[in-house]
Amino acid sequence: MNDKLYKAILFIAAMVMPIVCGGVVYALVTDAHSAFEHFGFLRFLTSSEWSYTEGAEQYGALPFITGTLMTTALALVFCIPFSLPVALFVGEYFKGTKVASVLGTVTDLLAGIPSIIYGLWGFYTLRPLIMALGISSQGSGILTASVVLAIMIVPYAASLSAEFIKMVPNDLKEGAYSLGATRAEVIRKVVYPVAGSGIFSSYVLAIGRALGETMTVTMLIGNTNNIPESITSTGNSMASIIANQFGEASDLRFSSLIAIGLVLFLITAIINMIGKMMIKRARIS
Amino acid sequence: MTHLKTKHRLATDKAMLWMVCLFAALTAVPLLAILGEVLLRGYDQLSWSFFTEPTPTAYRAMKAIEAGDPIPGGIANGIIGTMIMLGMAAIVAVPTGILCGAFLAENPKRRFSQTVSYLTDLLQGTPSVIIGIVTYVWIVVPMRGYSAIAGSVALFIMMLPLVIRSTEETLKILPTSLKEAGLALGSNRARVMLKVQLPAAFGGIFTGVLLAISRVIGETAPLMFTALGCSFIRFAIDKPISAVPLLIWEFFNDPNLQELIWGASLFLLLFVLILNLTAKYLAKKWNQ
Amino acid sequence: MEPIKPILEFKKTCVSYTKQTMAVKYVSATIDRNTITAIMGPSGCGKSTLLRAVNLMHNLYPNIRVDGEILLNGENILSMEPIDVRRRVGMVFQRPAPFPTMSIWDNVLSGYALNGIRLSKTEKNETVERCLKSVALWDEVKDVLNKKGTFLSGGQQQRLCIARALAMQPDVLLMDEPTSALDPIATAHIEELMQELQREVTILIVTHNMGQAMRISSKSMFMYLGELVEYGDTETMFSNPSDERTRAYLTGKMG
Repeated sequence: MNDKLYKAILFIAAMVMPIVCGGVVYALVTDAHSAFEHFGFLRFLTSSEWSYTEGAEQYGALPFITGTLMTTALALVFCIPFSLPVALFVGEYFKGTKVASVLGTVTDLLAGIPSIIYGLWGFYTLRPLIMALGISSQGSGILTASVVLAIMIVPYAASLSAEFIKMVPNDLKEGAYSLGATRAEVIRKVVYPVAGSGIFSSYVLAIGRALGETMTVTMLIGNTNNIPESITSTGNSMASIIANQFGEASDLRFSSLIAIGLVLFLITAIINMIGKMMIKRARIS
Repeated sequence: MTHLKTKHRLATDKAMLWMVCLFAALTAVPLLAILGEVLLRGYDQLSWSFFTEPTPTAYRAMKAIEAGDPIPGGIANGIIGTMIMLGMAAIVAVPTGILCGAFLAENPKRRFSQTVSYLTDLLQGTPSVIIGIVTYVWIVVPMRGYSAIAGSVALFIMMLPLVIRSTEETLKILPTSLKEAGLALGSNRARVMLKVQLPAAFGGIFTGVLLAISRVIGETAPLMFTALGCSFIRFAIDKPISAVPLLIWEFFNDPNLQELIWGASLFLLLFVLILNLTAKYLAKKWNQ
Repeated sequence: MEPIKPILEFKKTCVSYTKQTMAVKYVSATIDRNTITAIMGPSGCGKSTLLRAVNLMHNLYPNIRVDGEILLNGENILSMEPIDVRRRVGMVFQRPAPFPTMSIWDNVLSGYALNGIRLSKTEKNETVERCLKSVALWDEVKDVLNKKGTFLSGGQQQRLCIARALAMQPDVLLMDEPTSALDPIATAHIEELMQELQREVTILIVTHNMGQAMRISSKSMFMYLGELVEYGDTETMFSNPSDERTRAYLTGKMG
């Protein structure tokens, strides 16, 4: 095989990527078009009506955008108190030891569990618990979905943060110790500030994952098409409304669901792009 | 006075260590809880027939429940469907991904590479449900029906970025001397890639493929609108087909079949975890 | 007036990284107040290891053992709290490493911030000015105090690190090859500075550079394979070493 042919083959393989991505965007945009045209782009995003009575069809994405943002934000809140200690455990306190690698394996396995199984666990274990605690009567809802979502994103946030915590130069840590600091003080005043942008970016990427998580949320959020009033009420996320209704949808509803898909795609793409850019910058410095 | 302060600081230091250990240990709880629940509720369903028989109809299941018998049947239709779709997806995604990864590793500075690299990140971060609806628009609509082909296209799109990334990363950490030595011997670049670099990178790429499989094998959302599901064993690739995660979803929604959830979940969970551990083990072994 | 007690005393100090091997073997020596003592020897002889024992740096790594005694003003530091010892024994490292997230000003005061000690505004002003003046950095940076310390040149960064250590008003300052990463001009600056600092602090410096040892120190130690081979007046040691190994090292016949 000569070099020219070789280069051509590699180039063709690489072309698959732009074709696939272009296809994704093209499919979403063309099929979302009629929904945007019918309701208007802004009105589609800000309307909270979702009714498919024939003749008076009305679709708006606001309840689902709200549901997605609420579950994601709440999942992040629940995730931080666990992922930060895990990152410190693996990247600082027990760096390079057996226990750290055991914990690393545990988080890797957590990351590997399929989301439908998380959903089952949430439905059969967590939901009854939330009902028993009297937090909400039906058990499903934003809160339930967020708790399981948090467990799902802990591994991502933790392993990426640990990477940045590990990279804090020993010179700096020893410098701080030599001034009389305790380990806790070194972590708070040297490790966190230095690894800060990297840790932050790992949470941005964790958010990117939480935004589009489908099955878990579908199984736990309660599937109601209204704007959730509180964290214990039921709702739907952008991903879960698609999972719930796409199979039976046609025409305008079909287009509206694709439009929601397009919005979700754009939001996750932007969040992931920001996250990746920040990570790149954090790695360089 | 200063002594008191020191004591206080050391206490804070210790408290922080214990908090870190406590919360780190707590993250293991969900893993154990999930494993425990699935294991305890699912282990007695696993039998030979569970893997060889297809899903029972809701009616048969209902009769069995009324009679107090265990639900007959198994998940063979799902296992076969998963294997067919995963196999078709992998056959295309692995070579394409490796070649594309090789392209990125060979031309790291080119603008086009940076675009491809960015798109790989984009696709990897795209929610799987979106892959599902896009594949529906691409394949299911023109073919006028759900099919194994559509399901495997969705899985292909999900696997591709994972294979590309692992290939690129493995090739990039190979010593450049390896490539230069090959080129110095007068081989052309294709032969060096095929005979020197790719074999040297085999371990990393193989691990990446294993992880990619373990990642997509449990995917449910992209299959709901592509493969749809099917209650009997089928090998046709242009017809709806089942998959293990799809079966779990069906069982979850059908009160008569709910008992089967746990056996199917146990099978899927063990498969994924073993795949993960194997990949991790191999990665460690090959890194030495 | 009391007779001047030695500020630092090593008594059979040993440091071991593993059970089998000792990196520092039974070192005994006394260091006088307000002197500069140079520790020399080929690489791997244990000179840095000995130095790091003085501010309990080895306590950070669970595998390292320190035995014997090290007395600071008559008190055995090995039985004291590391965080208390380190406040009294400052350290300057081989590579200058100011905290990259802190300004020059904050870097000087970082010891206080890290230890949770609050200073009044005037105390802060005084400390920053005093310390930067004593490392001869004040005139160069007084207008850019809120800039990050990492913008400075290598030599300036190292002086900032010295200022950071001096801010805690330590009794002893340990310097681990402080000029090996610097150019000759910056090195000369720091050497000059050390002569000045001698008045307020006792300095122990590890150096590879024999000329430097001769220029700045009044006493010298020569270590070889973990042992303290020779310890005495620098001038005497250089002109008339009493041990054959010292002579071999000083004449360049040894790594």
